[in-house]
Amino acid sequence: MATYNLKINGQTHSVEADDDTPLLWVLRDHLDMVGTKYGCGIGQCGACTVHVDGSATRSCLLQAAQLEGKEITTIEGLSENGDHPVQQAWKEVDVPQCGYCQAGQIMTASAFLDKNPNPNTEEIKSAMHANICRCGAYNRIHKAVAIASEKNS
Amino acid sequence: MSTLIPSKFSRRGFLRTSTLASGGMLIGFNLFNACKPKAEMPVDISKLNYSDFNAFIKISDEGMVTIFSPNPEIGQGVKTSMPMLIAEELDVPWEHVNVVQGELDTENYTRQLAGGSQSIRLGWEPLRQTGATARQMLVNAAAARWGVDASECTASKGVITNAKGETLGYGDVVKEAAMLEIPENVGLKDPKDFTVIGQDATNVDIDKIVTGKPLFGLDYKAEGMVYASVLRPPAFGQVLESYDDTAARAVPGVIDVIKIGAKLNAIAEKNWTIQMGSSEKVVVIAKTTWQAIKGKKALQATWTDDSTLESTEYQDKKLFEILNGDEFTTKREDGDVKKAFAEADEVIERTYESPFLPHNCMEPMNFYANVTAEKVHLVGPIQTPEPTAEMVAMMLGRDLKEVKLEMTRMGGGFGRRLYSDFVMEAAEIADAIRKPVKMVSTREDDMTTGVYRPSIKYRIKAGIKNGEITSYHLKEAAINVNMYGLIPHFFPAGCIPNYKVDVGNYKSNITTGAWRAPYTNFLSFAEQSFFDEIAEITEKDPVQLRLDLLQKVKGTTDEKIQYSAERMEDVINLVVEKSGLKTPKEGVYQGFCAYYCHNTHVAQVADVVLENNQPVVKKVHVAVDCGIVVNPTGALNQIEGGIVDGVGHGMYGDFKFKEGMPESNNYNSYRLIRMKEAPEVETHFVENTLAPTGLGEPTLPPAMAAISIAITKATGGRMYKQPFIKNMPKKQVIG
Repeated sequence: MATYNLKINGQTHSVEADDDTPLLWVLRDHLDMVGTKYGCGIGQCGACTVHVDGSATRSCLLQAAQLEGKEITTIEGLSENGDHPVQQAWKEVDVPQCGYCQAGQIMTASAFLDKNPNPNTEEIKSAMHANICRCGAYNRIHKAVAIASEKNS
Repeated sequence: MSTLIPSKFSRRGFLRTSTLASGGMLIGFNLFNACKPKAEMPVDISKLNYSDFNAFIKISDEGMVTIFSPNPEIGQGVKTSMPMLIAEELDVPWEHVNVVQGELDTENYTRQLAGGSQSIRLGWEPLRQTGATARQMLVNAAAARWGVDASECTASKGVITNAKGETLGYGDVVKEAAMLEIPENVGLKDPKDFTVIGQDATNVDIDKIVTGKPLFGLDYKAEGMVYASVLRPPAFGQVLESYDDTAARAVPGVIDVIKIGAKLNAIAEKNWTIQMGSSEKVVVIAKTTWQAIKGKKALQATWTDDSTLESTEYQDKKLFEILNGDEFTTKREDGDVKKAFAEADEVIERTYESPFLPHNCMEPMNFYANVTAEKVHLVGPIQTPEPTAEMVAMMLGRDLKEVKLEMTRMGGGFGRRLYSDFVMEAAEIADAIRKPVKMVSTREDDMTTGVYRPSIKYRIKAGIKNGEITSYHLKEAAINVNMYGLIPHFFPAGCIPNYKVDVGNYKSNITTGAWRAPYTNFLSFAEQSFFDEIAEITEKDPVQLRLDLLQKVKGTTDEKIQYSAERMEDVINLVVEKSGLKTPKEGVYQGFCAYYCHNTHVAQVADVVLENNQPVVKKVHVAVDCGIVVNPTGALNQIEGGIVDGVGHGMYGDFKFKEGMPESNNYNSYRLIRMKEAPEVETHFVENTLAPTGLGEPTLPPAMAAISIAITKATGGRMYKQPFIKNMPKKQVIG
């Protein structure tokens, strides 16, 4: 057990956790930030995606000890009022079915669009390929990413 | 003014009202039964009791409407579409409607179950009737205040208007309305006057979903809650012999290690919703989820073989023994197939095979339970709250009235959350430790100790005489349970004079159950690719072959045949027109199929192209007749999702066992469809004003058939076994 100072959504949180606790469970169990979802625990599904220094990262594979001094953004901190262009696009397209994977999808999409604001169809598919949507809402996820990129530009 | 049409749904006393102490009107109603004579309406909104009502509508003094939605949400959109039915007839703007998931604490919650794509179909009349009756009461209240006849007043968008043009908002008259006698036989709107039904209503939880607010079972927390991780037998057929928890107890944060199973095993046979092995299990209780998972990994357990440890090869052998044997139960028989085969010019027989499939809900199984001397409090994602609450009460020897079950949004269902094993475990754990506890399955637990779609094999035999199909014999070999309900009477029943459906199964210790579109999810592929092959062999157009067969069922008086030849023709003609099936494009190989299940008629055409000599599914055109489309955006989402799900599991879904142990345990060894593999879906609705039918399942089964037929066109080879990716014919490259 050690104390870690983690900068999440612009605020520093002091967390006591076992050394090997993944960021996912620090967020969910220690900090009550449950928007980041557990899906597989092995970095295969993308439900737990957060931004670390602006890059989409699987929080189930990161340990608290690796994260001091890094800027972490979760779905709760993506925008102040839920109006990030990607969140707006998600609402406009009515993407979710069960909704469970969508926080991870949105975090992947928003980090991707920061780096590639005007992607083509194939680039969107490649960027989103690592996030599983078990309900199969891929048509709408693709459309929402494309709309968000238009909102950006 | 709207045209009101008489409702077929007329019944006394299904609705009660009260005035809320905090202001506003409360309407309680029972969807499928009359209210009990003594049923009392609460006057405090925090004390909604579901013992006498299965749902409530609150209309506030401001005219805002809160609907306490009666059905669990698993991603199929009923939390949005069912309240739309009430809002339509109540005649309030959808923006003024707020939807809250109802909770369950009694035996009287009728059909509070999400499964079988039935929610909209069964709720269609009663939900609209409830809205219409409430609207009439508000109109009557306004008319009384004005001293005019109610027939001179109209209501629209939450405002009542009289002949002089004076207006009152719903909120203005709720207090009087709540006191009025409840009118009977209120008419319903003509579909042409609908203003809510048929308009896009975004998922009611969307703001919470896109901002990461707590919504799902896994997100639920309570004061003092601890976490539990359950060690179940590694192989089906094994039971716990002994365990050593020394190392587990040394893991930081671990509070306790207990054994469960005895209480559940005592009642496990009592209800179909409990599907699980009979072994006892070891549970690690810890302060956090991670510590509980680590504690479980540190357990040392010894398991004993209790029954056959099945491998996939064993299952295949057993299923082929059934198909090759003669011990079947006949589910439908017309004419004499044996005689017809003997007289046929040609007999075609094919065998189709499918693997087991796990559900893989993205939110792993989990449940919160808190058992005290006073009550049993359960919170989480379950599709069958009613029998689950009953089983928990029975297991713990408690009065059902002490059990309070609250449903959360569910991170996927697909049939898995019909089964309550994980709720029973949570309740047994909470009963033992007497602390609020959340049982959390890991992905590995979820995939390896689940309830599965069982492996099934079909053998279909058809006799051709003078170019016509004169006989059809379908044999099903399944595990544990066979096809149910009206499936034996689906197409082509009634189209072929000599027709027989035979089923057989063997009992396995592997837990099996419903998986999105049970049986039809594989039967559709077998049957529809069989017809495509018959068309090829008999040199007929595959579309015309279906249309010719459908002619023969027209005018049937067989009540078991519920698919409609006319509606099937409509979807076939629509998909043929929209997909360009008659005007083929160079390099695009199209596969056609038509299918009816879960009361909805669907036809699909899949477009496959060859990329590097490999077939790739690019697009699926779909025509759907689901009657009136209640919520187009939600309907499209279900249709697209069903097709992508069907394509994914047809192409990749594979789940094998070795000596009772699943060979896949996470997404690195079990392949789910991803973005690049998902085809574009183009949907076309048959427009009519028939009562709506469900969409959670019906587009999935034909997708597997359509892509397999298209792949055949592209490669020249047929597939008889799923997953297609492992049984793909090689393209014959000439030259």
